[in-house]
Amino acid sequence: MNLTLKIWRQKNANDKGKMVDYQISDVSPDMSFLEMLDVLNEQLINKGDDPVAFDHDCREGICGMCSLYINGEAHGPDRGVTTCQLHMRMFNDGDTIYIEPFRASAFPVVKDLIVDRSAFDRIQHAGGFISVNTSGNTIDANAIPVEKHNADKAFEAATCIGCGACVATCKNSSAMLFVGAKVSQFALLPQGQVEATDRVLNMVKQMDEEGFGNCTNTGACEVECPKGISLENIARMNQEYLKASLKG
Amino acid sequence: MALDSKTPQGPIADKWTNYKNHIDLVNPANKRNIDVIVVGTGLAGGSAAATLAELGYNVKAFCFQDSPRRAHSIAAQGGINAAKNYQGDGDSTYRLFYDTVKGGDYRSREANVYRLAEVSANIIDQCVAQGVPFAREYGGLLDNRSFGGVLVSRTFYAAGQTGQQLLLGAYSAMNRQIGRGKIKMYNRHEMLDVVIVDGKARGIITRNLITGEIERHSAHAVVLGTGGYGNVFFLSTNAMGSNVTAAWKAHKRGAYFANPCYTQIHPTCIPVSGDHQSKLTLMSESLRNDGRIWVPKKKEDVEAIKAGTLKPKDLKEEDRDYYLERRYPAFGNLVPRDVASRAAKERCDAGFGVNATGEAVFLDFASAIQRYGKEQAHVKGLDENDAALVKKLGQEVVKNKYGNLFQMYEKIVDQNPYETPMMIYPAVHYTMGGIWVDYNLMTTVPGLYAIGEANFSDHGANRLGASALMQGLADGYFVLPYTIGDYLSDDIRTGPIPTDTKEFEEAENNVRERIDKLVNNNGSHSVDYFHKKLGKIMWNKVGMSRNEKGLKEAIEEISELRQAFWSDVRVPGTANEYNEELAKAGRVADFLELGELFAKDALHRTESCGGHFREESVELDGPQKGEALRNDKDFAYVAAWEYKGEPKDAVLHKEELEFNDIELKQRSYK
Repeated sequence: MNLTLKIWRQKNANDKGKMVDYQISDVSPDMSFLEMLDVLNEQLINKGDDPVAFDHDCREGICGMCSLYINGEAHGPDRGVTTCQLHMRMFNDGDTIYIEPFRASAFPVVKDLIVDRSAFDRIQHAGGFISVNTSGNTIDANAIPVEKHNADKAFEAATCIGCGACVATCKNSSAMLFVGAKVSQFALLPQGQVEATDRVLNMVKQMDEEGFGNCTNTGACEVECPKGISLENIARMNQEYLKASLKG
Repeated sequence: MALDSKTPQGPIADKWTNYKNHIDLVNPANKRNIDVIVVGTGLAGGSAAATLAELGYNVKAFCFQDSPRRAHSIAAQGGINAAKNYQGDGDSTYRLFYDTVKGGDYRSREANVYRLAEVSANIIDQCVAQGVPFAREYGGLLDNRSFGGVLVSRTFYAAGQTGQQLLLGAYSAMNRQIGRGKIKMYNRHEMLDVVIVDGKARGIITRNLITGEIERHSAHAVVLGTGGYGNVFFLSTNAMGSNVTAAWKAHKRGAYFANPCYTQIHPTCIPVSGDHQSKLTLMSESLRNDGRIWVPKKKEDVEAIKAGTLKPKDLKEEDRDYYLERRYPAFGNLVPRDVASRAAKERCDAGFGVNATGEAVFLDFASAIQRYGKEQAHVKGLDENDAALVKKLGQEVVKNKYGNLFQMYEKIVDQNPYETPMMIYPAVHYTMGGIWVDYNLMTTVPGLYAIGEANFSDHGANRLGASALMQGLADGYFVLPYTIGDYLSDDIRTGPIPTDTKEFEEAENNVRERIDKLVNNNGSHSVDYFHKKLGKIMWNKVGMSRNEKGLKEAIEEISELRQAFWSDVRVPGTANEYNEELAKAGRVADFLELGELFAKDALHRTESCGGHFREESVELDGPQKGEALRNDKDFAYVAAWEYKGEPKDAVLHKEELEFNDIELKQRSYK
């Protein structure tokens, strides 16, 4: 396949940035999207140009590091995958592909397609944990039975990879799906009950301070989430938040 | 220097308890005056950082990713072992210990492995208390599954994402401590040297990957939880950024590197599709619980399948060779990884590989789908003879167990594994070798520790499935926090370690010089060009099976390639900005040194053991004909290499392995 790439280039956080056109040929449909970018970068390096900077690591859809906005969609046109799992067979010969970073005021651009998502970490520092010491002197694991339905729901919420596609997709740059997933995971488990009130209040407060927008229930985040995290988690967080607020 | 493992005296079951009862402790007020650096935030580093901070030490944690949650432990799929015996199937601490030593082909240190088995049960308790959502049965209790090389069900799991869930557990424990100010987290920082002051590890030099700034960080002890070096093969299941640099810098500063040739080639990975390939994807070993591995019995069927004229699912049962079930009736598809990988290679080398490259075998779920479907139909009182219904019900069960893996396979290969068997081939996955450590997990440099995959200690020459997660968390949560206290008890009056000393300056200058050299080299080839060449040498001559001739050639070729790299590599951009090519260049330069030591180690070990298979050392006849032949008389030792400049000059030190509690036997899975 031969493709035209229109890629966002920005030298650093202070640079204005612009779209730049590249031509690439002999792309195999079996390549992943990032392997296609590897080929482009190899070409750029051989020509003495600066390669395109993009985040990536595991390349199997689990680390959450890759983060491209491709043709106006987070992680590109396929569903239920991250950019590293997107394959070129989703495109056609002669296509023009627009590649941009995830855009949100809480995710400032670092360079080219790389953004700073440390706001997500700071929300987790505020309450994304159960306060148990790691000494191992806890009770036997099977002393806390968990109803399978709840255990499964908690697991589904916990599969969030923290990539930020939800934020990039949301017209308000809201992080409610990300925060809702963590709040839900613990709210659904007996171990998480003890600190439920403080957790949801602290995490939501931090989320607001980071500059993420509000949720207006468009549901776009759920559609673009590579792990299919359900909107139900936002509803559960709202419920937890209301409960916590009433408790004071 | 004589290698002293510092293993405590006494019966094996009492060693750890006695040890803990007699070590020196640091009182809580003094811990506030002691700093510890932890490099790497995977299961080992993350759990260590959290625990040390909770104990009261001031922790500085470093990772090269943009968040500690992205460390490659996240990608571990199948599960974590623990001797809980919840299934009542005869498991015990001793049995987990025994299986691990046997699985490691009797090349691990007994006392370390026993301790690992001993603390394993506690890991599960700990993780459940942290809210890790393990898979459960309908009664609300924890579920288990079985893994290769064992006869009990002791593996705890969270679908095919166990590593993710455990890492997020450790990450949450870190977050709690970051929030309390007890851990200072440095994301996107890469460690480029260890600083030794008066013979003790007292700090590190790092590069901020965003700004390029070179920084000095001091502490009273340094802990490396920096993972394995599988990417020396270029293609592996490791993340793109996984590297040996931190471990290699430690080696250059005096830490011995143990058993570098012990590499795990994992049997169930998605085969290579072309030259553009940047990494390989693992399909969890748990799939071998339900998947049956086969190739056609007849060459003409192989050709027909390759040509697309015969669909694999249409090949008659009697024309299939379920070669693991045939060769190893006792363990069947659940033989250990090294055995399964070599068996796949043997069939493919004999011309039975089923894809275009001839390097793939089938992993087939049709029988499991049938079996589960019938079971479900029976439970639900439906018609067990309705083929379509049985298939549908069976597929649902398989989807529940392995859904994410099947999806991953389909996205990559563009085939539906519920309908046609998966194609798999072995790929580099894990390195059992690593920095030599004693019973305290301390390297040969005082105050420098190595934990998790970065050290060599627990898996011998072959790691069993679901044991890496166990070791990472055992080291970080339950072992290191004790052993490091014993060392740090001498440091309560030391005070902060200054960074304006000649040792820090010398280390920083070294780092700067090397970076300058790389960015100003202006050669003609990219970093990947050299990395791919190194990978080819490693895979062809130091891969799944090795011989003297190939290893000697590899040593020469790697050495030449290293020279070519330094004279001809091209690193675009500057040192004072985000520059991934520069970061990669530094890592590949280290791989080019490690690779040679790796081959040298493989050359000197003329026996076959675990993941290290020497073609010259096989059983010549008897029931084990063709299987690997170990040589306990000459090789029951850990090979720990001391750095002396060029890899070829490395000096071998031996730690003799004593087996008092397990009898050395040939490993048989027949």
